[in-house]
Amino acid sequence: MSADLVTSAIPSPIRTTLTPSREDTVVVNIGPSHPATHGTVQIVAELDGEKVLRTDVHCGYLHRGFEKECEDHTWHNLIPYVDRLNYCSALINNFAYCEGVEKLMGIEITPRTKYLRTLLAEYSRVADHLTCVAAQLMELGAMTAFLYLVTVRDHMYEHLAAITGARVTYSYGRIGGLAYDVPPGWFARLEEILVEYEDYVARVHALVDRNRIFIDRMRDVGVLSTADALHWGFTGPVLRSTGVPRDLRRDTPYLAYAELDFEVPVGIKGDNYDRYYVRMREMDESVYMMRQLVDLMPEGPINVDDHRCVFPEKQLVYTEIESLINHFKLVMEGPVVPAGDVYVAHEGANGELGFYMVSNGSGTPHKVHVRSPSFVHMGGIHRMLDGYQLADIVTSFGSVNMIGGECDR
Amino acid sequence: MGTEALLERLHAQYAPVTADGDSAEAPVGAVRSRGVSHGVLVLELDREALLDTVRALRDQHGFDLFLDVTAVDWPDAPLRFEVVWHFYSTADKVRVRLKTRVAADDAEVDSLTSLYGSAGYMERECHDMYGIRFRGNDDLRPILLYEGFRGHPLRKDYPKQKEQPLVPYRPPQSALVR
Repeated sequence: MSADLVTSAIPSPIRTTLTPSREDTVVVNIGPSHPATHGTVQIVAELDGEKVLRTDVHCGYLHRGFEKECEDHTWHNLIPYVDRLNYCSALINNFAYCEGVEKLMGIEITPRTKYLRTLLAEYSRVADHLTCVAAQLMELGAMTAFLYLVTVRDHMYEHLAAITGARVTYSYGRIGGLAYDVPPGWFARLEEILVEYEDYVARVHALVDRNRIFIDRMRDVGVLSTADALHWGFTGPVLRSTGVPRDLRRDTPYLAYAELDFEVPVGIKGDNYDRYYVRMREMDESVYMMRQLVDLMPEGPINVDDHRCVFPEKQLVYTEIESLINHFKLVMEGPVVPAGDVYVAHEGANGELGFYMVSNGSGTPHKVHVRSPSFVHMGGIHRMLDGYQLADIVTSFGSVNMIGGECDR
Repeated sequence: MGTEALLERLHAQYAPVTADGDSAEAPVGAVRSRGVSHGVLVLELDREALLDTVRALRDQHGFDLFLDVTAVDWPDAPLRFEVVWHFYSTADKVRVRLKTRVAADDAEVDSLTSLYGSAGYMERECHDMYGIRFRGNDDLRPILLYEGFRGHPLRKDYPKQKEQPLVPYRPPQSALVR
C-alpha cells in the first residue's frame, strides 16, 4: 500500500492546515504526550530554525463527554464530575456549579457557608497558582523553587483533606450548603500553613525574581496586549498581566467578596514575567483575604433549611416516614430545579469559569455547559507563541496554566 | 455608567418587534423578546439580525469580551436548536445573552469570527457537539472530537452508549515528509 493511499483512506486524528510555507521551514508536531504540555495538548508548529512562525494548537485528547454525562444524572450527582474539570482548584468548580443550581432554585445560602466557600475558594486559588508557578519554574530548571512551592501545596492538600476527606477531588460543595462543617482545630492549622507559605514564597522570590537566567527567559516573551487578550477571550491572570484590573471578585462580586479588602494585582506588559508575578501577588492577596475571612467567620448552620435539595438528617430518615420519603426522592429523582436557564461566572484560578445551565423542571439537567477558561485560552495561545523561540513554547504555555480536564471536558 | 443604567438603556433599545412587524422604538435588529434574567440581559432575535446586533453591542455598547457560544437541543420544538451566545462588557461589568432558534435541517448561523477572534475555537466546539454550521468560519475542523467521528454527541437523539467505529491502525509518519 502506498503512503498516499494510507493517509487518504484513513482519517488522521487531526487535520492541520499547516504546511511549510517556504522551502527552508519545517513543520514539527509537539505533543499531545510531551512533558511540557502538562495535560494533553498538541501544538503543530512551523519553524524557521529555532523560531516559531505559526502554530496550530489542537486539544480534545482528554475529552470524556462531561456535558453529555451531565444530562443523564441528577443535579446532585454532578458535583463529583465538576471536581474533575480543573483538578488543581476543584473547590472553585464545586462552588460555581452549586451557586448556579441555587440561583435556579432561588436559594440563598447561609452566612457561614458563604464565608466558608469564599475562604476555600481562595485556598484553592493559592494551591492552583502554586502548582502553576512551581511547574513553570521547574521547566526552567529551578528545581529548588519547585520543591519549595510543592511542599507548601502538599501541606495545603493534606489540610484540605482534613475538612473535605480528599486531597484533590473534594466533592465538598452541596446544593444549598456544604458537605461538612470545619473540624476542630482547622483554623489554627490554617494559620500555621499560611505562615509557612509566606516563608517559602519569600524564598522563591529571592531565588528567581532578579535571577538573570529567569528574567532572560521570561521578560518580553509571549507578550500580549490588552486589546489582543480581550479579542482572543483571555481572562483571569493572563488578562490582568496585560495591565487591566479585571477581576470578577471585584467587578461582579459574588459570595463574600464584596465585604473583603483586597487588591487586584496587574502586570506591566503582559509577558511571561508579568504572568508569573501577577500569580505570586494574587496568592498574597488570597492569603490576606483568608485571614480576614477567618476573623469574620460567623457561627451557624451550613445547610439551608430547604427539603427540595438538602438531605434530611440520617437520624430522621430512620425514624420518620416524611424524611425517609424526602431522602428517597432526592436520591432517586434528584432535587427538582425550576425550569429556566442561568449563567454563573466565578473567577477561577485561570480565568472566568462559567456554567450555563438549562433546567426543564426535572431532577436532571437539560443541559450543563462549561465555559472553561483553559479551552478559550487554547484558542488564543498562538498569539503568545508565534514569533518566539521554540523553547519559549514551554514557558509561554506554562504561564497560561492550561488544565486538560477543564479544557477538553 | 452603572450596571443598572446600561441594562435599562439596552433594554429600551432592543424592543421586540410587534406582531405586524414594526415597533415604535425602531429596534436595531429583529428582536423577538427581551428580558433580564439573574442579572443578565437576554435578547432573543432572528438569526438574520445576529451579526448587526453583535456589532452594535461591541462597537456602541462596549461588549469587548466574547464569552461563550453553545446550543440547546429541544427535540420536540419546530425550530429544534437554540443557539446561545454570552458577551461581557469589561467597562460596565454587564453580561448579555443572545439566543436564536434554528431548524435541524437548516442549522446555520453567522459566525462571529470577524468580530471576535475567540469565537473561532468555541464555534468549532459547538459545531462538533451539535452540528451547527457557522457561516463565515472556514475552520470548523473537529476540536474536542477527532477526524472521522460520526454524529454530534450532544444532540438528544445521540445515544449515550453509542460506540464509534474503530479507527484502523495508522503507520507513524514523519513530520519532516513534505
